[in-house]
Amino acid sequence: MRWTWFHRLASPPYLYALAARLTPWFAWPAALLILGGLYAGLVLAPPDYQQGEGFRIIYVHVPSAWMSLMVYVTMGVAAAVGLIWRMKVAHAVAASCAPIGASFTVAALVTGSLWGKPMWGTYWVWDPRLTSELILLFLYLGFMGLRAGFDDTQRADRSAALLAIVGMVNVPIIHYSVIWWNSLHQGPSVMRLGKPTMPPAMLVPLLVLLLGFTLFFAAVLLVRVRAEILQRERAARWIGETLRA
Amino acid sequence: MQAQAPSPVATAAASLSGGTEVAPALAAARLALSRDLTLAFRKRGQLIQPLAFFALVTMLFPLAVSPELSRLRAIAPGVLWVAALLASLLALEFLFRDDAYDGTLEQYALSGQSLTWLLFAKTAAHWLLTGLPLALMAPLAAMSLGVAAAAVPGIVLVMVVGTVALSLIGAIGAALTLGMKRSGALLALLTLPLSLPVLIYGARATELAIGGTSFIAPLELLAALAVLAVTLAPLAAAAAVRISLE
Repeated sequence: MRWTWFHRLASPPYLYALAARLTPWFAWPAALLILGGLYAGLVLAPPDYQQGEGFRIIYVHVPSAWMSLMVYVTMGVAAAVGLIWRMKVAHAVAASCAPIGASFTVAALVTGSLWGKPMWGTYWVWDPRLTSELILLFLYLGFMGLRAGFDDTQRADRSAALLAIVGMVNVPIIHYSVIWWNSLHQGPSVMRLGKPTMPPAMLVPLLVLLLGFTLFFAAVLLVRVRAEILQRERAARWIGETLRA
Repeated sequence: MQAQAPSPVATAAASLSGGTEVAPALAAARLALSRDLTLAFRKRGQLIQPLAFFALVTMLFPLAVSPELSRLRAIAPGVLWVAALLASLLALEFLFRDDAYDGTLEQYALSGQSLTWLLFAKTAAHWLLTGLPLALMAPLAAMSLGVAAAAVPGIVLVMVVGTVALSLIGAIGAALTLGMKRSGALLALLTLPLSLPVLIYGARATELAIGGTSFIAPLELLAALAVLAVTLAPLAAAAAVRISLE
């Protein structure tokens, strides 16, 4: 097995250049998929027979919620790689993930509560998924808070990485305990998003948007990783050489 | 292979156990435990603080909500668990702070003994000094909220199991924030989300205990969390302490 590609990724100048080269390959498909998906979802898809036009918010809500979890997993894996192989750029990736994931979480919470107003008659319901999402936001804030608490980058990297791994172990436990909690205190007729019996005209735009959001995350992550590397390596000579070239 | 000089902790452990067959890691952990207990009993003032805080938080609810016992009884499980969660959070500050300042933690890490076991012992001592007293005091608080005396054994049992998990989860947060100047709010931000399952199952089991029905299902889930915390939290705390010493 040849691991040279993996070792090369650990080099900041290599990753910086690679990220710069890859960004458009993710950004353009993301833009096309998101625009197309939004058009299909907001204009072409038929209104829901129960929820009317209000259901269309799922085209932003579901991909955001999906990304909020996926970014957390990405962050945890990057953090684990950084901790185990002492790879500094992996910590840069984990650090870049956190604000993106927190933003997706906020987007999921805001769209969820906006959807709740016409459906439930109130902006906030202690629905298990909204509650889990709120807890996830606090996990992101804890990660960012711990990073901000240290002046020493290495200490911040490694401590936050450990926290991300502990968080990854805990996310499923928290999620299922919240579901368990909610099943005890079932409110009056909570309607569920994302029924399995969605007709293709509604489902396809959602899948397109899921893919689009994922690629959008990859593109934003690459940009943020470059910024993070520039900041961390600001004393290194290759930066001057790269930027002048 | 050259024989390594035994570390001071190991030597002390061997002499204390009278040369009998005791795993050195366990012997060292026992020493750390008795040291922490001794130190704590020489500074008794600190022991009272979390308990007083717990009583104070419980007292806020009758004042803020209503003195009617029927209303208080309905919210008693939640009040007890929120108060216990906050009190154990407050007590976390004492867990590693002094030992980090005077270098004891560094000596533990260098002693050649398993840091995981030593931190487990420290956390166990911390639980004996804060978690267990909280559990024993919970019935008093519960009865002041109008809970029947018949529920006392159940409340204590649930609280004993739950505080084990809370202490261990808290140990991770305390170890991660070692050496920070103002870590209070951050410690809460790190620890509380991870403690939510304990709160959920603990409050539910307490609610059932107060209602006089079987609370075995949530208690078992709570016990599962405690076992998971016993198994994994000391490893994470040891890793965090090592990071802080790098």
